[in-house]
Amino acid sequence: MADKNAVTIIAFSGDLDKLFASFTIATGAAASGMKVSMFFTFWGLKLIQQEGSKPKGLNWMQKMFSWMVKPGTEKRSLSKLNMFGAGPAMLKKLMKKSKVPSLKEMMTAARSMGVKMTACTTSMEVMGITKESLSPEVDNIAGVTSFLAEAKESSMTLFI
Amino acid sequence: MKADVSIDCLGLFCPMPIVKTAEKIKEIDAGKVLEVISDDEGIVDDMPNWCKMTGHEFLGVEQNEDEFKAYVKKV
Repeated sequence: MADKNAVTIIAFSGDLDKLFASFTIATGAAASGMKVSMFFTFWGLKLIQQEGSKPKGLNWMQKMFSWMVKPGTEKRSLSKLNMFGAGPAMLKKLMKKSKVPSLKEMMTAARSMGVKMTACTTSMEVMGITKESLSPEVDNIAGVTSFLAEAKESSMTLFI
Repeated sequence: MKADVSIDCLGLFCPMPIVKTAEKIKEIDAGKVLEVISDDEGIVDDMPNWCKMTGHEFLGVEQNEDEFKAYVKKV
């Protein structure tokens, strides 16, 4: 039986705007007493990778991925109007002005409200992201079966 | 409306007023009334829906120009 009070979110995108949507829903749901589980895969993984982490033993392609897409909450780009980083800078300024919480603050809030964060092992392997380089907020690493098992038990699954 | 506890969420936007409400409601005793002051108009719909989901009693929203006061009774 699906738990009417559970939501599963796949954070696939590493874009600032889309991650904002994911975390707004996650924190809102957790605040409303829902059980929330977030799975970070592909570009979404870059958010939960610690800033400045340089994993060892990468091949040149993984190094390229690592170099081209910066990890952490501060280095996310926009899905539209990125303009080589000018877009995110302006958006952050606007959000700060109107006191919308930053991605980092939302992540901390989500964490303290018990939102579960899982990193996808396959994407980690492909993109050369090691377990050690993940943010301390991450609860565990798992594969698709774990996601499916949780999604099956929730009433809402979002792919963002 | 009279409240036992009040939280100031002025200048904060969705989902923060709800997040702060959820935090505060844990600290107060059942039967007490919590007042949430916000200038995010979304709270007019969000608060009754939050109550519907969490089971707390929604008492209403008062509007004074751009400021909203939402009242929730802890169940």
